[in-house]
Amino acid sequence: MHLKTKALTKSIWVFHFAAASCNNCDIEILDALTPKFDLERFGILLVGSIRHADVLLVTGAISHKGLVRLRRLYEQASQPCLVVAVGCCACSMCIFRDSYNMAGPVDKIVPVHAYVPGCPPKPEAVIMGIVKLIKALRRG
Amino acid sequence: MKAEEILTRLKDKFSGRVLRVLKKSPRRLYVDFDPKDVPEVVRLLLRELRGRLVTATGIDTRNNIEILYHFSFDSSGIIISLRTLIDRKSPEIESITPIIRGAEWIEREIHELLGVNFVNHPNLKRLLLFENWPEGKYPLRRE
Amino acid sequence: MAKTVIPIGPYHPLQEEPEFFKLLVEGEKVVDLEIEIGYNHRGIEKIAESKSYDQVLFLVERVCGICSTSHPIACVNALEDLGDINVPERALYIRSIVAELERLHSHLLWLGLAGHFIGYNTVWMWAWKYREPVLDIFEKIAGNRQHYAMMKVGGVRRDIEANDIPAIGKMVDGLLPVLDMFRGAVMDDPVIHARLKGIGVLTKDDVFEYGAVGPTARASGVAIDVRKDDPYAAYPLVDWQVITQQEGDVFAKAVVRILEMYESIRIIKGCLDRLKVVGGEIDAKVKEIPPGEGIGRHEAPRGEVFHYVRSDGSNRPVRYKIRAPSYMNVPTNQKSVVGGTISDATITLAAVDPCYCCTERVAVVDKRTGKKGLTGQDLIRLSEEKTFKIKRNFGRMKWRE
Repeated sequence: MHLKTKALTKSIWVFHFAAASCNNCDIEILDALTPKFDLERFGILLVGSIRHADVLLVTGAISHKGLVRLRRLYEQASQPCLVVAVGCCACSMCIFRDSYNMAGPVDKIVPVHAYVPGCPPKPEAVIMGIVKLIKALRRG
Repeated sequence: MKAEEILTRLKDKFSGRVLRVLKKSPRRLYVDFDPKDVPEVVRLLLRELRGRLVTATGIDTRNNIEILYHFSFDSSGIIISLRTLIDRKSPEIESITPIIRGAEWIEREIHELLGVNFVNHPNLKRLLLFENWPEGKYPLRRE
Repeated sequence: MAKTVIPIGPYHPLQEEPEFFKLLVEGEKVVDLEIEIGYNHRGIEKIAESKSYDQVLFLVERVCGICSTSHPIACVNALEDLGDINVPERALYIRSIVAELERLHSHLLWLGLAGHFIGYNTVWMWAWKYREPVLDIFEKIAGNRQHYAMMKVGGVRRDIEANDIPAIGKMVDGLLPVLDMFRGAVMDDPVIHARLKGIGVLTKDDVFEYGAVGPTARASGVAIDVRKDDPYAAYPLVDWQVITQQEGDVFAKAVVRILEMYESIRIIKGCLDRLKVVGGEIDAKVKEIPPGEGIGRHEAPRGEVFHYVRSDGSNRPVRYKIRAPSYMNVPTNQKSVVGGTISDATITLAAVDPCYCCTERVAVVDKRTGKKGLTGQDLIRLSEEKTFKIKRNFGRMKWRE
């Protein structure tokens, strides 16, 4: 494992992108910041710019309008940037797979390193997903 | 306003032009009109009788395109749906956005999903579909 | 301590990204507003035509996560209108309890976001902290914190057990002092008054012209509420009132939402009392949907949700139409944001309580040069600075006395 990748497992900066989502996953991610779950004590911070992020959290199935944006975001992110698909829609499109306006699940557009299924996944599940990712990275 | 009052006013003003009245239940009425009468009926329901525009539904029935304009009369909880049928091959109807601004997005949506041209709409461009969506392809049409 | 930022409007200096809200400005003043939507368009109405009515209920639930039960309630109302179906009394109470619990969590969510947008981050943390017990109750009675899947044509899918009723009662009682705290913090704070009063005004005429609904309309003195106007579920069976304000500004919209939460608690407690004595079925056991058409609506936290369904007697809808309240409310920003300043833009946009995603992408364009300047994040920062200045002024005035 690169020195860089090892380093980023210390304090993870996370950027959150919602494509065509019903917002539940987004709210549960934000919920993880609130006092009950408190992501910050793990050193996990939500940041406002993809350039500062180590992890890109993606929610929602990807619409055509969202596709362009997701690709651009991934290109702008400084590598290594790990992508986590949060919620069933991001993982597999779920009930929206036959829709005329959907471009695909996240892993058809950018590489995905972790999947957190659920509709929506509880904040504990999102945290667990990120923690599992960190552990997997540390194992190399 | 009560249902009977509204129907009386419609029949008085548009005698002979009310094509059909369906009283589904005490608070759900459907009245059918010819497309060219739609702006006048909308003016009566909104401006004179102070109804509220809820939304409009477009349906491809295979024989024609049906548009239902839904109005709510909140003081009595009634919804009156104004139904009109337009030609499926070249669907066109006068826009009601000049009468009520809230119709702008409603008509744009029916335009892009069903292909209906709303004549004199101030801003009839895409609302929901992305820019590269193919012209002439309407998702809610039954081909 | 490192600062946490809610990612509203990612920073992208050189990209030509389409935005939800494009503010055209001259100096500090917003002179025009362009709204572009379509990011969340998932083609749900089309998908509904290939699903059975049971599946449609799960589908419409996912139109919006925060108003998760609002769409299923409108859906069952539409199908019950179509089929002239009577719902057992016990199910009516359960429907209203679930709907009002949703209103509580949704308004608390909004309160938190609004606090964040004007720089009161403690309000955000408190509001979302006190939201958690509501979500815990949902998990207890429905099995999930969001997307509760409680509704069914002709009734509800799950009963509320007798031994769960005290827990729900205790939770809503525990919210009353919290609401009192927010009421004091918002309604009595002179800084909040100075910050939010007179901002983002929507007149009664504007409400009519745009067909605005929900707290957005009620804050301008238009007393429309589907629960009273076109009663359904248990709303005609328990005691409560519609909340309105007159000024139509952001402050009025906040007050409406806070006071509505008290009414929600009243409704929940009234329904819980009735559940203790009303037994019987929770499901009319509907076997099929006849041909015809039906209209159903529900007063969601954001306003009137409207569903229209057409059936041909098969188990799939011929046409399913959904109109969410934000569809009518978001365009009103053309009246309430235009003419205001950029530091007031974010809170005004947020005041109609649109989907969180909508407030995600904001851009500011100088009208004369066409150049893009600030991002959504910058606007929040400006909003916070305005609050800070007001606080400082109040501090200074006290010192002079």
